Amino acid sequence: MDTLAQLAEMLQRGEDQEVLRLTREAVAQGLPAGRILNDGLIAGMNVVGERFKRHDIFLPDVLLAARAMYAGMEQLKPLLIRDGVPARGRVVLGTVQGDLHDIGKNLVAIMLRGAGYEVVDLGHNVAPAAFVDAAEREGARVIGLSALLTTTMPVMRQVVELLRERGLAGRVRVIVGGAPVSADFAREIGADDYGYDGASAVDKVAALMEAR
Amino acid sequence: MRPILERVGRGEVLLADGAMGTQLMARGLKAGECPEALNLDRPDVVASVSADYAAAGADIVLTNTFGGSPLKLALYGLEGQTEAINAAAVAAARRGAGAGVYVAASCGPTGRMLQPYGDTPPAAVAAAFARQLAALAAAGVDLIVVETMTDLAEAVLAVAAARAAAPGVPVAATMTFDVTPNGFFTIMGVDIPRAVRELAAAGAHILGSNCGVGIEPMVAVAAELRRATDRPLLVQANAGLPQMRDGAPVWPETPDVYAGRAAALPALGVGIIGGCCGTAPAHIAALRRMLDAGR
Repeated sequence: MDTLAQLAEMLQRGEDQEVLRLTREAVAQGLPAGRILNDGLIAGMNVVGERFKRHDIFLPDVLLAARAMYAGMEQLKPLLIRDGVPARGRVVLGTVQGDLHDIGKNLVAIMLRGAGYEVVDLGHNVAPAAFVDAAEREGARVIGLSALLTTTMPVMRQVVELLRERGLAGRVRVIVGGAPVSADFAREIGADDYGYDGASAVDKVAALMEAR
Repeated sequence: MRPILERVGRGEVLLADGAMGTQLMARGLKAGECPEALNLDRPDVVASVSADYAAAGADIVLTNTFGGSPLKLALYGLEGQTEAINAAAVAAARRGAGAGVYVAASCGPTGRMLQPYGDTPPAAVAAAFARQLAALAAAGVDLIVVETMTDLAEAVLAVAAARAAAPGVPVAATMTFDVTPNGFFTIMGVDIPRAVRELAAAGAHILGSNCGVGIEPMVAVAAELRRATDRPLLVQANAGLPQMRDGAPVWPETPDVYAGRAAALPALGVGIIGGCCGTAPAHIAALRRMLDAGR
């Protein structure tokens, strides 16, 4: 098995020390950072996302794989910048105001980073204006909103409306998710899409990034 | 009153109450407010929930302490009031439910991810549960319900803390299982046989499941729990998954639908039946009629 295949394998197993070692090894072999990222780390994380979607593996496995991914990414970041490898795009993410639940949102952040996106994670209990401000400041093309409580779901609509007021609708897309959220609800509030889980959120974000 | 375990052990089915959180919201709790803070600020409101459930026929009411561990209260800067908040919750439940109704202490997850998957040391979680449960035990409860758990390590820590804080009080432990193509698992990947084995080993007297996606899958969960253990079972399901209508959540399972499906539970040997998110006093009243009719 070559180094990148091993790297993907160790990432799937959540072996962060091995991922760190193999990333350094791949760099020492002179492999381009972009290739190490795509064919090693992201390739491994894709498998993790697919298996999670199929219920073959569970949250703990994903969390360990994510930790391993970050160990490799830390090594690659300066090289990716040096090589001018463009990121896949930037996503602003957070749990809406009034809601303190962030396991689902964290999972989406893991999956998006695992797919090569830059994630600006605003945490939980985030006000509508903070989402919109961050999207403008960071040049994000997508805002991801999470809610677990039915009482906080209306905040999602406020974010959509604020984007419209500021003339950003269409330029910044909104995707919503969380246990009580549905595709119907997303349509009702004028959000651009709905992600059922972390893995499908990645597919939907990819489509939103392409859409023009 | 006779001890809960004795009654359940003889095959009696006790009726627990329904949701606390959605009832508090219906009484004015705002998004982003700490539900447990109401125990100190508006004990009358908390007591009124227990009073309505007792009037609907509940034998057991749960305290408003689901998020009463100092780790959870810290999200609102209230960890310093852990003892006062938990003690006030027991007092409110007792006062609201009145004589002849058992008061059970609710103990939910800390909301932290334990090492090695997250950054919280298990010892910190154990200490948080110990502090909450000491306050609940000192206030005097008839049962402790460790509930809505998905991480078995955290659930085991809570059960152990409950047994240590209140050696004479029975402990129930319930986890939230998802329906997957491969069977029932918590989001952390815990299946029913493993949950039952480790929670019983930690000292839980009663095992079960709560929350989830509705009463119908819960009946299937109860059947699998029954196959995995002969300890008494406790079941509290959600009234389905909420749907938004005109900006307000609507829970699809009506009291009659819920009680109709729950009628299968006594035959599975479930000794305590109640409700979780979205269930209201009307659901408990319907369960009361169902249980009384089947007696």
